[in-house]
Amino acid sequence: MAFKKLAEIAEISEKKGLPMWKVVQEDDCTEQSITCEESYTKMKEILSAMRDADKKYNPELVSKSGMAGGDGMKVEQFNVAGSALVGDFISSVIEKAVKMGESNACMRRIVAAPTAGACGVIPAVLLSYQEKKNVSEEKIIEALYLAAGIGEVLAECASIAGAEGGCQAEIGSAAAMASGALTYLEGGDNEAILNAVALCIKSMLGLTCDPVAGLVEVPCIKRNAYGGVNAVVSAHLAMAGVKSRIPVDEVIDSMGRIGHLIPSCLRETGEEGLAITQTAQDFCDKQMKEL
Amino acid sequence: MNIFDIVGPVMVGPSSSHTAGAVKIGYVARKLLGEDVAEAEILLYGSFLATGNGHGTKYALVAGLLGMKMDDENIPNSFDIAEKKGMKISFGKAKLKDAHPNSVLLRLTGTGGKKLEIVGESVGGSLINISRVDGLLANFSGEHPTLIVHNQDRPGYAAEVTSMLAGKNINVASLQLYRESRGGHAVMVLECDQEVPGDVLKLLEQSSGIEYVMYYSLAED
Ligand code: SF4
Repeated sequence: MAFKKLAEIAEISEKKGLPMWKVVQEDDCTEQSITCEESYTKMKEILSAMRDADKKYNPELVSKSGMAGGDGMKVEQFNVAGSALVGDFISSVIEKAVKMGESNACMRRIVAAPTAGACGVIPAVLLSYQEKKNVSEEKIIEALYLAAGIGEVLAECASIAGAEGGCQAEIGSAAAMASGALTYLEGGDNEAILNAVALCIKSMLGLTCDPVAGLVEVPCIKRNAYGGVNAVVSAHLAMAGVKSRIPVDEVIDSMGRIGHLIPSCLRETGEEGLAITQTAQDFCDKQMKEL
Repeated sequence: MNIFDIVGPVMVGPSSSHTAGAVKIGYVARKLLGEDVAEAEILLYGSFLATGNGHGTKYALVAGLLGMKMDDENIPNSFDIAEKKGMKISFGKAKLKDAHPNSVLLRLTGTGGKKLEIVGESVGGSLINISRVDGLLANFSGEHPTLIVHNQDRPGYAAEVTSMLAGKNINVASLQLYRESRGGHAVMVLECDQEVPGDVLKLLEQSSGIEYVMYYSLAED
């Protein structure tokens, strides 16, 4: 059975003396009647697909709409030139997130995590961490399991679809998953992991989904970078011992309720927000002419 | 929902519904046709029509019709590949009633002359539903091996088919019956837990009252 509370995963983890990621893995294997080895091989493939997508970023590509492409290269050049405002790790998170978002818009192969629109957040955080901190492949795979477990609870108790819960459900969920995973990699205990997730979601509650022309481009691509950085900030706070005053499962329930309260015009219907700005409408008119 | 629906699937972007789902609809249609597609009339509806261009929905559908899966890096090149293979493609707008906002009607002719008309819907995530086959209602997801039996509407056919499957140890996950009119043309859609072997398909085809059988297998060609 899919978990309904993160506290439940943490509890089983403590009772059995297993790390949270292992509890998530074992539960899923029972559910799907596959072995832990089969599951592990699959997760390994997911990680390779993420890395492959990151490596194959092509700055020359422009999306079919003409709105997206090339920004990841700008960030890379800015980082390489040593002009970055922030440290190496965050610089890399921003770069990889934008690149992956663009690759998605340009019809490259990516890993939806939890959705295609939010595909840049988790790989940006995990791959950057692996490159900068030299951790093993196994650790990163474990972190991915934990991220998946967090996502499962979010899907169960809130939502991971923009049309259902606004962008808090997509970029917000991805960021929350990444923050828990990163806290684990940093050696945080279960409590720290739960705090990171709670802090992260709280910072993205209520985010709307109003992309231009209904395409996964504006504001989606750049929002991946913000999601990634938010995940890092949350893990940083949690590792410093900062706690969320509201426990994580109550935060997730709030996210679910807020998702329902976001009017449907701001849930991927293109009826409000950025989608109906003058610039967006001019763009749509141009597109319709080309149909 | 399992954890690989959360971290996954591996797919070609940009949209799970408008790209990955569209590839899958094309793929299932090609499999149901049972041979390579020579000619395809692709009629888009709703949001597939309105935002399909920016989402690469047309490339995705053609890729699926060529037998590609949602993670195939050649999806954006599907038009060129289809042209090289001599596949004829035309696009238009579908007039559908009460259809899901992400729908497409496909009219296919195979290289061996087989014909198929289906309506596919992309229902969220990369999940799909095939809602019509050859004009008749059907509802299946392409997640299971699926048997579609066209027959005359007479008592006992459903029992005959299911007992034949039971005899081969094939478990039926879902069974639906649709008919045009009482005693007329009817369709039985069976989603199975196991693959249906070729000899069972042949036996079914030879049964009296059964007009034709289509089968969607999860196995690679
Ligand atoms: S704005 Fe909407 S489409 Fe874009 S990433 Fe967020 S939820 Fe997805």
